[in-house]
Amino acid sequence: MSSIDIPLEAYLTIAAALFCIGVWGLINSRNAVRVLMSIELMLNGVNINLMAFSSYLDGTEIRGQVYAIFVITVAAAEAAVGLAILLSLYRNRDTVDMERFNLLRW
Amino acid sequence: MPPLAEITQLIVFGVLALAVVVGALGVVMLPNIVYAAFLLGGVFLSVAGLYLMLNASFIAAAQILIYVGAVNVLILFAIMLVNKKEAMGASPGVGLRRVLSTGVCIGLFALLLRVAFSTPWATPGPAAIGEDAVIRLGEHFFSDYLLPFELASVLLLMAMIGAIVLARRDVLATDIGTGESVDQGLIEKARTPLLMEKP
Repeated sequence: MSSIDIPLEAYLTIAAALFCIGVWGLINSRNAVRVLMSIELMLNGVNINLMAFSSYLDGTEIRGQVYAIFVITVAAAEAAVGLAILLSLYRNRDTVDMERFNLLRW
Repeated sequence: MPPLAEITQLIVFGVLALAVVVGALGVVMLPNIVYAAFLLGGVFLSVAGLYLMLNASFIAAAQILIYVGAVNVLILFAIMLVNKKEAMGASPGVGLRRVLSTGVCIGLFALLLRVAFSTPWATPGPAAIGEDAVIRLGEHFFSDYLLPFELASVLLLMAMIGAIVLARRDVLATDIGTGESVDQGLIEKARTPLLMEKP
């Protein structure tokens, strides 16, 4: 009924764009907070994919929505732990520059 | 002339898609990280709008509550806590890395687009159940997805305790050598030469 005239590929395109922008930000960010934001962007891109497939191909058994709920849960846990690690690093190294977090580098 | 509802749907979809892509570009490219964080909230809201268009009102509400209400506020707090004006010094190979990663990301995008447009999707699938989705979600969570659902609660508990342990300073611990209690902050101060970068 609804959302028939918009093709599935349109949603997949948006999801792919969001994911690729997230990957780009993940590689090129110097600030550690921005790296975490890029990861959230990538997770949102994946979620759009799941929701689009759930609505277009699996309308009665909405398993994509179930998976999206789990992804949102894991993303919330990841954000909390990631920011706690970031605060701990900031207290020890006095910076948030990714290039200077090289304590474990060989 | 297509009916008004379809035109409205197309316009709303176009606006939301534009907001998502432009907002995400702003998040990764704006030099001021506070603007980037607020734009991230805008991206999350636009994604929630896309979920509404995909017959998923419950997930849209969860997206607004969790991402905009919790994750984005957490990121803003982190920005305020580590807000230090520092000039990120030049690092060797940044320009090359930027060019290479742009190429890789455009290639990945082209690959994803090719997969999306060349696969014969089995559309139209079964009709969406609309507002009954919440009932179906509850049935899934308490029947065939019960184990992941319970594991998710354990994961959230672990993340909560882990975040508290990682972020607090005054962890009381006992020194193995002397047997007396030591303070986490004092340990960090005492080991600063080890943790700091060598000049």
